[in-house]
Amino acid sequence: MNEKVMRNHRKRQTIIFSIIIIVLTYLSSDITNFNIIHGIATLPEAVKWIFSNLFINGETLERLPKILEKLAETILMSIAATTTATVVSIFLGIMGSKTTGTSTALGMFARFVASIARNIPVVAWALILLLSFGQNSVTGYLALFVGSVGFLTRAFIESIDEASLSAVEALRATGATYFQIVYKAVIPQCLPQMISWILFMIETNIRSATLVGILTGTGIGYSFDLYYKTLNYNAVALVTFSIVLSVIVIELISNHIRKVIL
Amino acid sequence: MSLVKVEKLGKSYNSQTKVLKDISFEVGSGEFVSIIGPSGAGKSTLLRCINRMVEIDEGKVIFDDLDVGSLNKKELRKMRTNIGMIFQHYNLVPRLSVIENVLHGRLGYKTTLQGVFNKFTEAEKEHAFFLLKKLGIEDHAYKRCDQLSGGQQQRVGIARSLIQEPKIVLCDEPIASLDPNASKVIMDYLKSITMELNITCIVNLHQVEIARNYSDRIIGLSKGGIVFDGPSYRLATDNTDEIYGTKTVETRKLVTV
Repeated sequence: MNEKVMRNHRKRQTIIFSIIIIVLTYLSSDITNFNIIHGIATLPEAVKWIFSNLFINGETLERLPKILEKLAETILMSIAATTTATVVSIFLGIMGSKTTGTSTALGMFARFVASIARNIPVVAWALILLLSFGQNSVTGYLALFVGSVGFLTRAFIESIDEASLSAVEALRATGATYFQIVYKAVIPQCLPQMISWILFMIETNIRSATLVGILTGTGIGYSFDLYYKTLNYNAVALVTFSIVLSVIVIELISNHIRKVIL
Repeated sequence: MSLVKVEKLGKSYNSQTKVLKDISFEVGSGEFVSIIGPSGAGKSTLLRCINRMVEIDEGKVIFDDLDVGSLNKKELRKMRTNIGMIFQHYNLVPRLSVIENVLHGRLGYKTTLQGVFNKFTEAEKEHAFFLLKKLGIEDHAYKRCDQLSGGQQQRVGIARSLIQEPKIVLCDEPIASLDPNASKVIMDYLKSITMELNITCIVNLHQVEIARNYSDRIIGLSKGGIVFDGPSYRLATDNTDEIYGTKTVETRKLVTV
């Protein structure tokens, strides 16, 4: 009996929940004049267009060296932005973590900086920095750098907080100084997670770098934008394909590194 | 001459409950003292007041003619180099090798930069290997600590405290997470530290029998106060009943401490 009541109750909950979702979906599409049926109906058309226009032919392959050069520029910029951001984030992370933080004021400062850097999207950062630095790779680098600092600081604070306090206590009892404790007990414990986050950040930055490049006119994003606006869709296909391929390769490499260090 | 002198020590973590109240005792050089008592009696806090891992609220702790409570940061670090500490959960850095963990014991003698960049002298390294050999774990010197058994990890902990060349070793329930065999090995090593090296040992224990077998003297702690302090052989059933609160009030009144 009891079981039956519970099952009925569960059923009613599911039905109510489904109705709410359907109503919400209908209302929002109605308000925005978006027709779902129409959207789905045009899907085959879109796919057809993609296959008829976005393919790589022999002519576009001639542009490959130039595209690869731009791609390398983007990848290197992403890595540079991540590594420099890492240095800053380690200090902010140590300041911001409860385990290693020395004063609440510094901790608040670190978390505040991280929060601002993280909560403004990278694209917005790129547009803001564009005004003061102009269309060049420095702008793109800075946008990625700021975004990375925000994210990595947050991740490092979490990693350091998770590290066990027991070794810290033991080192404190031997008379070790603050920095000795940080370097000998805290960092060794959270290094694998930190490296994992750094690799993740490099992957993310390569993806964002494409978008940022469209805005700042640098790297692979600029090539994409250029070919797109000159209606050279075959070249666009090649650029997209090379980005996808490089992201996958980077992901595979970092997965392998993760496996080795963890 | 006493090495550690505790005078009217009191400690509370919040305003309502006092963890320690009016604790006074002295421990001499080369003594092996066990502190027994139920969980929450204040054993760990008492131990941590001696090297000021927790701040002292009332009273005084004198270690080696130094007033522990009034030392500044630098003096406190210097004093801590003379005090080894061993923990229930070993408190090693699990991802580092055994030898690295042992050498952590020398950090108190180093400047920050020397410590950070691993500048240990040959003599210190030799000393570390000597200790590992003595404790029977020199084969594991380059293994990561998380690959060792509990008993072996605790021996690493002992080596880390001994390389400090301490005058006293504080042991916070060193055998609470070990099986009886490993416990015996660890207790034998601790005993030999006091016998051979004349280093004072203060050990927090749960097991009354082990305390009686190994220590020269037992301090019984209950609800933050000392209820027994004397040579191990004088610890009678009445005393343990009082320490652990297992008998009625009438019998407790009869006990004279």
